[in-house]
Amino acid sequence: MFAEFGHVALIIAFGVSLLQAGVPMVGAARTDSRLMAFGDRAAIAQFVLIAASFLALTMVFIASDFSVELAAKNSHSDKPMLYKITGVWGNHEGSMMLWITMLALFGALIPIFGKALPASLRARAVAVQAMVGAGFLGFILLTSNPFLRLDPAPINGLGLNPILQDPGLAFHPPFLYLGYVGFSVAFSFSVAALIEGRVDAIWARWLRPWVLLAWSFLTIGITLGSVWAYYELGWGGWWMWDPVENVSFMPWLAGTALLHSIMVLGTRHSMASWTVLLGISTFSLSLVGTFVVRSGVLVSVHAFAVDPSRGVVILALLMASTGGALTLYALRAGQLRGREPVSPVSREGGLAMNNLLLVAATATVFLGTFYPLFIDVISASQISVGKPYFDLTFAPIMLLLIVFMGAAPMLDWQGKNRVGLKRFLQQAAIIFISVSVLSAVIGKSVSAAIALGIAAYLAYGTFAAMAKKLRVGQVPAAHSLTLLRAQPAAVWGFCLAHLGVAVFTAAATIMTVWADEEISRVKVGESIETAGYTFTLLAINSGQRENYSFLSGEITARKDGKTVILKSERRFYPVREMLTTEAGFKYGGRATIFAAIGDGDAEKGFILRAYYHPFVIWIWIGALMMALAGFVSMFDKRLRGKGGES
Amino acid sequence: MKPAALLPLGVFLVLTGFFAFGLTKDPTQIKTQMTNRPVPNFTLSSLEDALVVHTQDDLRGRVSLVNVFGSWCAPCAIEHPNIVEIGKQDVVRLVGVNWRDDRAAGQDWLERLGDPYDIVLFDDLSLLAIGMGVTGAPESYIVDKSGVVRYKHVGIVTPQIWRDTLLPIVNDLKKSPI
Repeated sequence: MFAEFGHVALIIAFGVSLLQAGVPMVGAARTDSRLMAFGDRAAIAQFVLIAASFLALTMVFIASDFSVELAAKNSHSDKPMLYKITGVWGNHEGSMMLWITMLALFGALIPIFGKALPASLRARAVAVQAMVGAGFLGFILLTSNPFLRLDPAPINGLGLNPILQDPGLAFHPPFLYLGYVGFSVAFSFSVAALIEGRVDAIWARWLRPWVLLAWSFLTIGITLGSVWAYYELGWGGWWMWDPVENVSFMPWLAGTALLHSIMVLGTRHSMASWTVLLGISTFSLSLVGTFVVRSGVLVSVHAFAVDPSRGVVILALLMASTGGALTLYALRAGQLRGREPVSPVSREGGLAMNNLLLVAATATVFLGTFYPLFIDVISASQISVGKPYFDLTFAPIMLLLIVFMGAAPMLDWQGKNRVGLKRFLQQAAIIFISVSVLSAVIGKSVSAAIALGIAAYLAYGTFAAMAKKLRVGQVPAAHSLTLLRAQPAAVWGFCLAHLGVAVFTAAATIMTVWADEEISRVKVGESIETAGYTFTLLAINSGQRENYSFLSGEITARKDGKTVILKSERRFYPVREMLTTEAGFKYGGRATIFAAIGDGDAEKGFILRAYYHPFVIWIWIGALMMALAGFVSMFDKRLRGKGGES
Repeated sequence: MKPAALLPLGVFLVLTGFFAFGLTKDPTQIKTQMTNRPVPNFTLSSLEDALVVHTQDDLRGRVSLVNVFGSWCAPCAIEHPNIVEIGKQDVVRLVGVNWRDDRAAGQDWLERLGDPYDIVLFDDLSLLAIGMGVTGAPESYIVDKSGVVRYKHVGIVTPQIWRDTLLPIVNDLKKSPI
């Protein structure tokens, strides 16, 4: 029942999206307000239909209806309810359904929040959103229908990959998709602006909160993925430069460039066609992300659902959307002229530099990720350039970026007022040198010293920019406090985001340079030592649980008289013939320690691995500070007004 | 229309061409300069124990499959179960080259995925890899009893590639007296 209902709703949604892609476009060309208004209603109807269809699919999984092939392949009646629900998107068809539901959601939000926009711009954006939607709905209905029945129905399902039964992973795709798909709004408005032949401050100010929203969700999604990979797959690899990680990181880098360039466009009317190009590119990179994960073009340990024939269709969709948008850009970009040239020593100059470096970083990641594919085409081999390449190329670009990040907020728009810049640079240099020397002496690592010095410099630059806005030292403290309260949300967002980058950089550096680990074979009662901690194997147990058998080890970690107990488990899932190891973690602000038991027996002893990871959680705290900053900035009043000149 | 505005479209079309080829291409083997030449001289420590040293002489006397891997390399993790299977058949000496890796990370990786190798060379500085002409990971070489490289396979050794291509070469080389 639910399956048929969901299937029919999806087909109707496809019809609606075709109409929504055409009618408002014609309406905008003829300035017919009735046809344009049709787009608004269609967008909302489309969302209701697709949401109903998604809900129907969820009901199939909750009810464990194994006459539906997808549920039979991916679910099991014994699975906990939470994982029955998250199992809906733990496979190809279901994750495409989640993707399209979010696309329709953003499509419906355009008419709801865009009432103040020019009618023709809104109508065209809604139509472009529907074009993307129609493409993906057609893709789902023709190649990846989640509602197909099985006859005869099996008694029970085939379960789910045990690695996927984890809260971190269950909530990683929805956030990632909210980010990926959220950039569709930027894409639709960029294409609409190209059709209209103009972009202006209203366009930029209206779009910025949407870019911030998508960017923040993407940040959370990537962070959750990193946390999950850390404790489930990587054991210490908080970032592995895996292709699937990279394809989520590229839209993030491009999106970061976009949310800065759109600020320049909203305030200074510069970088117009560049911003439009970034709007198109960011969403296109999200599509590439979908393409790579779904087609298996690149081999990855993270891709759990791959199929080349579907890749052909997604490639066609990419060709149509990005190819179409870039053709339009080639024809129309000349008309989108920024009003003012950018002077190099000014805030917009700094932001232009930020954009160049972010785009260079995106290209670096792109090249590293797809190098295996290029080589494959040229010489027919499948290889990976991996971590060594990225460590060598990506980190220097990022450190250079931070150099500009620290100083640019100190500059004014158009670089009018350069008072205090010289003093700032002198103080920043002192901060950088003292932190670097201190780190080098204590930590005995040159690269760590440079990176930590730069992180400290960025934090100082952020506070200095805040102090300048509050005119600390120039006016009485009480007045500074009044100014502090009067600061718009975007300033708080800037401060939090840049401090987040400083925290992230410092933590990533400390973790990379000073993490430690020890592996040895021990019997019960024996110990190993890592970074001042004594890890003792206390006891070994084995047994049987719901859907797996286990061998668990109890390990104590002791340092300075304090003891914590860590529980590590090796699990064997007979349904999938799969062996997984769960490490026992103790998270902490200064250091995270964990231990994992491996192969062995009571006679020979068990392999015991002990890890010391300093500051690792600050990597994710830094990232979440950036995400939070995005949400804070969205509430800037200047972005919600009717627009107009400032 | 400015010519520069065409640039993004041009770049995109080239990339799409690569993607399209990527979907059709099937990874196969390529020849190497090294074929029919002896393995270059090397002195490398064992991955498990920095104090144990291996040289080119350790590749003599038995036909070897030299498999280049790294814990940072995603395709290697996909390939590894196949190498473990080959190890179980015990028809060839398995030599791992842990390339451009961190010693602990490499050890960890083998601990998690299983260690099928008879010898694992730790080549973090590409000392052997450059001499062998390694272009990426994973790669596998067949070396005969006298230490001469006879075949190179780039990319994942699938069960099919092992059965249809590599194993027949190994069996041929095993029959030859030297």
